[in-house]
Amino acid sequence: MTLSRRDFVQSAGLALTGLVVTFHVPHIVRAAPTLSAPKGPPPPNSFVRIAPDDTVTVVLAHSEMGQGMWTGLSMLIAEELECDWSKVRPEHAPAEAVYARPNRGIQMTGGSSSINSEFDRYRIVGATARDMLVRAAAARWTVSPASCTVAKGVITHGKSSLRFGEVAEEAMKLTPAASVPLKKAKDWKLIGQPVKRLDSPEKANGSAKFGMDVTFPGLRTALVARPPAFGAKLVKFDGAAALQVSGVEKVVSTGNGVAVVAAHFWAAKLGRDALVIEWSPPPGGGLSTETQMAEYRELAKKPGAIAQEVGQVEGGLGGARSVLEAEYEFPFLAHAPMEPLNCTVKIDGDQCEIWTGTQFQTVDQGAAARVLGTTPDKVQIHTPFLGGGFGRRANPASDFVTEAVVVAKAAGVPVKVVWTREDDIRGGYYRPAYVHRARVGVDDKGNPVAWDHVVVGQSIIAGTPFATRIKDGVDETSVEGAKNSPYLENVPAKRVSLHSPKSDVPVLWWRSVGNTHTAFAMESMIDELAHAAKRDPVEYRLALLDKSPRFVAALKLAADKAGWKKPLPVGRARGVAVHEAFGSIVAEVAEVGVEDGRIRVHEVTCVVDCGTAVNPLAIEAQVQGCVVYGLSAALYGKLTLVGGKVQESNFHDYQPLRMFEMPHVSVTLMPNSDAKMGGIGEPATAPIAPAVANAVFALTQQRLRKLPLRLA
Amino acid sequence: MKLDINGRVHEVDAPPDMPLLWVLRDLAGLTGTKFGCGMAQCGACTVHLDDRPVRSCVLPVSAVGMRKVTTIEGLSTDNSHPVQRAWIEADVTQCGYCQSGQIMTAVALLDKKPDPTDEEIDTALSGNVCRCGTYMRVREAIHLASKLKRGVR
Repeated sequence: MTLSRRDFVQSAGLALTGLVVTFHVPHIVRAAPTLSAPKGPPPPNSFVRIAPDDTVTVVLAHSEMGQGMWTGLSMLIAEELECDWSKVRPEHAPAEAVYARPNRGIQMTGGSSSINSEFDRYRIVGATARDMLVRAAAARWTVSPASCTVAKGVITHGKSSLRFGEVAEEAMKLTPAASVPLKKAKDWKLIGQPVKRLDSPEKANGSAKFGMDVTFPGLRTALVARPPAFGAKLVKFDGAAALQVSGVEKVVSTGNGVAVVAAHFWAAKLGRDALVIEWSPPPGGGLSTETQMAEYRELAKKPGAIAQEVGQVEGGLGGARSVLEAEYEFPFLAHAPMEPLNCTVKIDGDQCEIWTGTQFQTVDQGAAARVLGTTPDKVQIHTPFLGGGFGRRANPASDFVTEAVVVAKAAGVPVKVVWTREDDIRGGYYRPAYVHRARVGVDDKGNPVAWDHVVVGQSIIAGTPFATRIKDGVDETSVEGAKNSPYLENVPAKRVSLHSPKSDVPVLWWRSVGNTHTAFAMESMIDELAHAAKRDPVEYRLALLDKSPRFVAALKLAADKAGWKKPLPVGRARGVAVHEAFGSIVAEVAEVGVEDGRIRVHEVTCVVDCGTAVNPLAIEAQVQGCVVYGLSAALYGKLTLVGGKVQESNFHDYQPLRMFEMPHVSVTLMPNSDAKMGGIGEPATAPIAPAVANAVFALTQQRLRKLPLRLA
Repeated sequence: MKLDINGRVHEVDAPPDMPLLWVLRDLAGLTGTKFGCGMAQCGACTVHLDDRPVRSCVLPVSAVGMRKVTTIEGLSTDNSHPVQRAWIEADVTQCGYCQSGQIMTAVALLDKKPDPTDEEIDTALSGNVCRCGTYMRVREAIHLASKLKRGVR
């Protein structure tokens, strides 16, 4: 990759503490240079700044929400910059077009893409900066830049040496190179090493600032009463009693809700409790899980919009030796990040400042501007640390941001809108509920020859700006992982189709998105087929996957690591699943027992093929985290609607996995993978539920086709 | 009313039913203690009351009196406490939001049981939810902190 000269601009700025020299490399597709003002804070479009004290500030176009890109993206710049790693200080970028994700047009964190989408851009930034620093040092010594070496932020020629900070100002005056060579993989010093997190110290002593921790003089806290049922509307409210609560200052309408603005959280909460509100009943009595699932099961009996069709499926089923049929059911799921949603808004004249843990900076910026009737450039977004995201903070509807702007505007004071856990669990934007129905015809060896797969569930992107990606009635996020499953490769007749019914319940992507259900349906059905054919589940899979060598390799290695063929003590059994998501393949073997009638997962063996592994320590953490997140859903996750109202409300009835249930999770990276770099924040989530369900079958002969998994 | 927080006396103007959590966060400006559930289900709000771990989200401030309140900020601000050192060395944290509570629970456990078994860790820490799934490294860090504290590493 080469860069044109016009892609680079340089600038210097005065920071509060004195002269801070900066040079910055804007987005490689930016059309024209932007020269910042000679004074004022560092320009908003820089990716790296080097101060006279050698501090290297890395500006991150993605949000740190636990996945480790605070460290990972910094590693990419530092690898090429050859700076002193201990001088690296990451910070979140403001919302700016220049920080849009390459090839996406919006500034976002999602799709397990922070590292692989930035792998080139951040390394180029580092290499370009190093080149300028070296040339500046060489010019001072009047020697050839090629005769200089760089290590740990020090440029050396013979016996002379200069620190980065000493030449940063001169480097800034140079014209950036039109193109810079990047290191060969064999020369990497940081990439591929287990590098510890740069955000650990502040997260270990409580000083890390999350959105919830934002505070400044004059800031008020607001809680919002939202409709108690999906589809219900605000009719009228009386805020008199709320205003009697000590500390409550204002009660304002949000359009379809009522906000109580107070001096602090507790007053706002008591004030909200004291509101008298009349809501209209939801139309048609509101959604109920029971009727929804009955409707979905009915819909699943006939094909929907075609996502993939090859050959004559009905004919194939008719001519098959036998046909296996199964239905799989998936409930609505809340993301339930540990930090409840919150958003701080300060409106000052025609300017608006927002502090919120978001995965969607420029989307939220645009949404806030629309509420205020202004342009996005008038809205500044500050991104503190995110206390978990999992997709909930990447909302095309910008619900929690829009609402907070409405409240701040109506209240006329800066406010932090805080959601309680109950608000979060009952607030919508869930992983949709789904029903899958698969009919699979097999030959006399038990191999599939015809596969009809119907998926039923709400579209995540319908009604959003992403809806343009719906093709021929198919939202890819509903069928990813079923459509084009490697198991279908050798099946001569196959059809994957989709029904996308609508409801009043807003839905959203949830860690690993469509794979959360497609992996379960595919891997459960394959397991059923293997057992029906009386074949070993691993051997059966390997035979079907003969055209997918990466799957074969991951599965074989996972089986090997887990000791698949080794006998287990009585009361234990293993199950397996392998699935690709976001370009990475993950094979998982779960070792399961039953204690007091409950499923207990003891050991999970994961093998991951994600291509180049930038930070194996972060990858291990992400894979373990995915397993926990997926296991919480597999064992407990379920939202139940009655009359449009969510019955669950907090962690006592929407249960996360807890420490005493934590299995030992081992993570092995596929050695020497030369595959294109995949994502890592999500892919390991999907295989755990089917691996556990398949183990439960091996142990109990109970085939559990409904999530969460419950033994009869 | 007066509160002894991290060895300092704070004068706060709080209604008696206000949970200690919100007194700490909104009145004393100590935001290291986190709000996660508001009903003693997740442990993000864990602080010490006279060295015992309590859920500050359900503890009315009027029940605190002059007992010593210790928050994450009171362990050390420079991460010199052995549990904090172990946390960093084991690379435990992910999003970090639950970690103050995990650390405070771990500190209280180690005060009672200097060399806990996995089972004792599981029992003590099961009230602390982590949605990122850091549990394995939490266990590892507690074993490491135990060694650091006892000077065997």
